[in-house]
Amino acid sequence: MKTNGYIEFDLDGEELSSVHARLHSVKQGDNERSFRIVNPRGKHAVAAGLNAPMDVRIDGHVGFYCGGMNKEADITINGQAGPGVGENMMSGLIRVCGNASQSAGATGRGGMLVIEGDASSRCGISMKGIDIVVGGSVGHMSCFMGQRGHLVVCGDAGHDLGDSLYEAQIFVRGSVDSLGADCVEKEMRPEHIETLKGLLARSGVNADPKEFRRYGSARKLYNFHIDNADAL
Amino acid sequence: MTDPRALRGSATFPPEVIREIQRAADQGVYEIRGFGTKRKIPSFDDLLMLGASVSRYPLEGYREACDTSVMIGTRFAKKPIELKIPITVAGMSFGALGSHAKRSLGWAATEMGTSTTTGDGGMTDEEREASKTLVYQVLPSRYGMNPDDLRRADAIEVVVGQGAKPGGGGMLLGQKINERVAKMRDLPQGIDQRSASRHPDWTGPDDLEIKIHEIREITGWEKPIYVKVGATRTRFDTALAVKAGADAVVVDGMQGGTAATQDVFIEHVGIPTLPAVRQAVEALQELDMHRKVQLIVSGGIRSGADVAKALAMGADAVSIGSAAMVALGCNKPVYHEDYEALGTAPGFCHHCHTGRCPVGVTTQDPELEKRLPPEKGGRLMRNYLQTMVLELQTLARACGKSHVLNLEPQDMVALTVEAAAMAQVPLAGTDWVPGKNNY
Ligand code: SF4
Repeated sequence: MKTNGYIEFDLDGEELSSVHARLHSVKQGDNERSFRIVNPRGKHAVAAGLNAPMDVRIDGHVGFYCGGMNKEADITINGQAGPGVGENMMSGLIRVCGNASQSAGATGRGGMLVIEGDASSRCGISMKGIDIVVGGSVGHMSCFMGQRGHLVVCGDAGHDLGDSLYEAQIFVRGSVDSLGADCVEKEMRPEHIETLKGLLARSGVNADPKEFRRYGSARKLYNFHIDNADAL
Repeated sequence: MTDPRALRGSATFPPEVIREIQRAADQGVYEIRGFGTKRKIPSFDDLLMLGASVSRYPLEGYREACDTSVMIGTRFAKKPIELKIPITVAGMSFGALGSHAKRSLGWAATEMGTSTTTGDGGMTDEEREASKTLVYQVLPSRYGMNPDDLRRADAIEVVVGQGAKPGGGGMLLGQKINERVAKMRDLPQGIDQRSASRHPDWTGPDDLEIKIHEIREITGWEKPIYVKVGATRTRFDTALAVKAGADAVVVDGMQGGTAATQDVFIEHVGIPTLPAVRQAVEALQELDMHRKVQLIVSGGIRSGADVAKALAMGADAVSIGSAAMVALGCNKPVYHEDYEALGTAPGFCHHCHTGRCPVGVTTQDPELEKRLPPEKGGRLMRNYLQTMVLELQTLARACGKSHVLNLEPQDMVALTVEAAAMAQVPLAGTDWVPGKNNY
């Protein structure tokens, strides 16, 4: 159904797979690239696997993996998101206007995920290049094994932030309950303030970059420690 | 000179145990190695096939056909895959294997009409081009995970665990992480890299069901989705994979190999392939899903006889990893000095983790890789697969079967009480199945 310049899908009546068949058929340069999905009612994998520039607005709450593996699409979730929102996204933008459950942006390789509310545990777990901006706080084990990209937390962070961290960078404005193994606070130099400023500007979240602290890997777990006692 | 009769070795402390304790005392860290378990465990060697006799008649070797084709993914996938032979190539990562080995496997599998599988680290263009039917693994690490590769795969395998290390994550030592491998995995070069042991965005069977649903939505419900588990609580794992919506279940017994894992894991975790197949088949039968959800078995499959016995126990297909590497030259008695430089010898090598594979299979070093030209590797692998198929057909015909999937447990007996108990076939020359018949 076409209304006001966008095409609307109602998940109360339509099968998710047929909605996806339509969304997955969108190609670069198509004229019709504006969509709205209503009545998601916590369904899983809504708007997953999108593969071209398009705008998708979802009015309501979604279940697991909304926007999973997204490429190039702009997705706005006008509600709360279940676990794994934007998991393994490659590019594009996903915005959650409410809160997100655990593993938000897990293994994301590119693009930006904005969570205007709070995110639960394991936000940015194994992230591989994605930028995540959280307007509120994140739960425990966030950025666990984070490899690349940035996690920006405007509120507080739970226990074991950045456990077993590789090269992802973390910025937190509020308090951190505890740092995970091999995660340390690092100096916030002017170039980091610039990076953070850019991330906040892209996300549309309003915060003063100077109020944040930076965390990264101590790189002590990068190589197995092998002694050589017998050589003594 | 000491009288050799006065030297009494200890069963508790044989030389290899003394060596390991002293190595641990020196280094302060567990031993990491490649290959699979080295201890002796009950296996398909402990079963024998019952050829036809008066009560059954065999098929003629050249005149009567013995079909080997199987369909995988008939439960939900719009495009199930047809394998011309029930022997597939297991997931081995680019990173653990070099690109020549990957291309060799792909070419041979394509020639024989079967599939190959990616591994931890993503899909390379070379292996996609070399393999007509390619299974793409979704692993806990998600290294190189890319929706474009999901879409260009022919089937998708969600890896929960592997036989060499059920419950353990991956390892790739720094010496194998060159620039290309590092880039594919989004990691710094040269670090000793550990992969996660749990998936980052799901835990438990209910979540797995949702994950499978997501993958199906992304790929338009076209592709078969497998769930791979390391053999431990196989009956439950198989049932839960079916419940989660898998098209096929891959069960990897403890003989399954690895490129790099703690020795303590390889030797002490998991159950052998033999009892695992039986448990998986029973779980499928209880759910009325046998032959509807296909069972692919791996871990220590080396010959057509192993394949025949796995199928007779109820598997739909098998998968080979270590044996494929051996076909490509692993542990071949050549380049002795290079084995020696690793502190080993042909026949004993398990040094895949070093990246210095003497025969160019598990290395990223271009000089070592030259020892395995892909054309030669492809022919070696094709010939090996062809031989296994001929052996399999020989045994199936001897049992009077016009299709290899018609082999059944009644075509076998066990040589040992252990194997009889694990496979639930009678001890040879008796009608005794331990645990059954009031025994
Ligand atoms: S020969 Fe190569 S593939 Fe075989 S065990 Fe040694 S290093 Fe590994």
